[in-house]
Amino acid sequence: MLEIKNLHVKLEDEDKQILKGLDLTVEAGKVHAIMGPNGSGKSTLSYVLSGRDGYEVTEGSATLAGQDLLELEPEERAALGVFLAFQYPVEIPGVGNMTFLRTAVNAQRKARGEEELSAAEFLKTIRAKAKDLKIDADMLKRPVNVGFSGGEKKRNEILQMAMLEPKMCILDETDSGLDVDAMKLVAEGVNALRDEGRGFLVITHYQRLLDHIKPDVVHILADGKIVKTGGPELALEVENNGYTDILAEVS
Amino acid sequence: MGLADVKQGATEARLAALRLPAGGCLAAARQAALARVQTLGLPGRRDEYWKFTRPDTLTETDVTKASVFVSDEAPMFDDFDRLKIVFVDGVYDADASDDLSLEGVTIDRIADVCGQDIHWAKDLYGVLEARGQAPVARPLAALNTAFAADGIAIHVTGTPSKPINLVYLHSDEMSDAMVHHLVRVEAGAEATLLENGPGASRFNSCLEIDIADTGKLHLVRAQGRDHERRAANHMFARLGKESVFKSFTLTVNGVLTRNESVIELLGDDAIAHIAGACVGDGDFHHDDTVFITHDAVNCESRQVFKKVLRNGATGVFQGKILVKEGAQKTDGYQISQSLLLDGDSQFLAKPELEIYADDVICSHGSTTGAIDEEALFYLRSRGIPTADATDLLTLAFLAEAVGEVEDTDIAADIVARLEGWLSRRR
Repeated sequence: MLEIKNLHVKLEDEDKQILKGLDLTVEAGKVHAIMGPNGSGKSTLSYVLSGRDGYEVTEGSATLAGQDLLELEPEERAALGVFLAFQYPVEIPGVGNMTFLRTAVNAQRKARGEEELSAAEFLKTIRAKAKDLKIDADMLKRPVNVGFSGGEKKRNEILQMAMLEPKMCILDETDSGLDVDAMKLVAEGVNALRDEGRGFLVITHYQRLLDHIKPDVVHILADGKIVKTGGPELALEVENNGYTDILAEVS
Repeated sequence: MGLADVKQGATEARLAALRLPAGGCLAAARQAALARVQTLGLPGRRDEYWKFTRPDTLTETDVTKASVFVSDEAPMFDDFDRLKIVFVDGVYDADASDDLSLEGVTIDRIADVCGQDIHWAKDLYGVLEARGQAPVARPLAALNTAFAADGIAIHVTGTPSKPINLVYLHSDEMSDAMVHHLVRVEAGAEATLLENGPGASRFNSCLEIDIADTGKLHLVRAQGRDHERRAANHMFARLGKESVFKSFTLTVNGVLTRNESVIELLGDDAIAHIAGACVGDGDFHHDDTVFITHDAVNCESRQVFKKVLRNGATGVFQGKILVKEGAQKTDGYQISQSLLLDGDSQFLAKPELEIYADDVICSHGSTTGAIDEEALFYLRSRGIPTADATDLLTLAFLAEAVGEVEDTDIAADIVARLEGWLSRRR
């Protein structure tokens, strides 16, 4: 599904290399987790894959189902099936959540040459999915993320993911700012989307999210590279011993 | 102290080219207004409130040619149930207009009022305009009072079943028009006034609004889509106790627009909201000049102005709230914002507060900025193409101003037209 080879990325504005030869393959149907200390390049990876400005790829490649992602605009990547659940979802005053979602769903369908959803079909779908995530009608009417609590913002991210049905879901520290109940709700939303045709990349600092979203593979990212890969037990090791031991072991 | 020579010369030249209409019972008001113009002189660039807007093309004797814009879009309010009153280049068109009778309101042509000895309009014509000349002179409004030959007088005594719609058609590319309207809303009465269209190549309009205690007036204006027209529009409103006045103005295109609003809150618990949204591309200069006076207790005023500017367009906002001594519990709010879609456009703002009461809430804010890059990326990351995302954010920026329109059908129509304007500029 997602194939990243020898990815080197620096900041556009300063001479600072963030990713230094990252290799990663996420298969369809699998959940991969990336853990790593602060500053290891986790968020940069999510932004580079989704096409945010400000980063320069100096070497390497990233493809989704064989298609080069790095040459594409963010909206083209989205239409191909890339979805980033933001660590800090953006507040957009004046744009209704529902309008935003319908515009996004139909823009992607249009880009893929599919027929746009009618207002009735859209409403029916979103109501069912919102209900699963305990998102009420009021939250759908309000401007995107404006005045939402931390938990509501993250649930709204998952709702977007559920509506857009991406092939490759990247979750950037989705657990940050969530209490245990909210985290469970978000995790349930993610688990409901687990599917043979869909890959997940879950970026997190802590193991606790992975109690709820059980990963198939866990990677440790340090200083711009994957330094260790293992099963779910690797996350437990981090939880118990911190990163220091693992980093000492691989260096 | 006399006027500077240049100003006096320009004023005399303009006045020499104009002829006072038959006055009748309004003759004295016209003469007084003429005297005001002679004393004040027409606006010049050195006048404090004309520093951001060049008055030349509005004051000079010759009108600048403005081609008539032909649109395939249905005119605003066309499918509304309304009483339509049409002016072509500032002249009342009886054939195109509806019958002027409507329950709850009496409508007369100003030209007909002049022929009568006694008419309520006599006590209003030029009165609010004259009051509005201090502390800031508005000579173009006085010029209008003196010389406007046409217009209507609306006396609202009940609650008319439908809005009154003044439609201003532009047909002659050299037209130079002045219209003067009066609206008197009696106690407990309520009406909606709609205005749309460019008016003329050069349009000078003056609307005097007198709202008695507990009266209500809603006003929505759309100033047409003509690119080359120039306009100086004046609105003077006086509000009695517990009265409500809400106005919204949509400006799309127009090489020069000056919208002056002068509102006096004279009765306790009165409410005045004035809002405007404008979108301009290229040769576009839009000026909102607002003066709100609080002279009673517990009144609320709200100003919300939003401007979207691109390709070298200019937006101006001069807004003042004056809270007089004793006007306690005043709640004054003012926001003026511009969204610059490129680096060539500019927004000039001068918000002012002058407060002589000590128990008031007054807030004002003015901002200018570009499209929020974070929000743009967020939308694009969900698959919305850049152009669509930019339009969505632009409409979101205008939403607070359009939200001031209480009629949801009209608000939706305004949004649709703004969407159209944006999509034509892809």
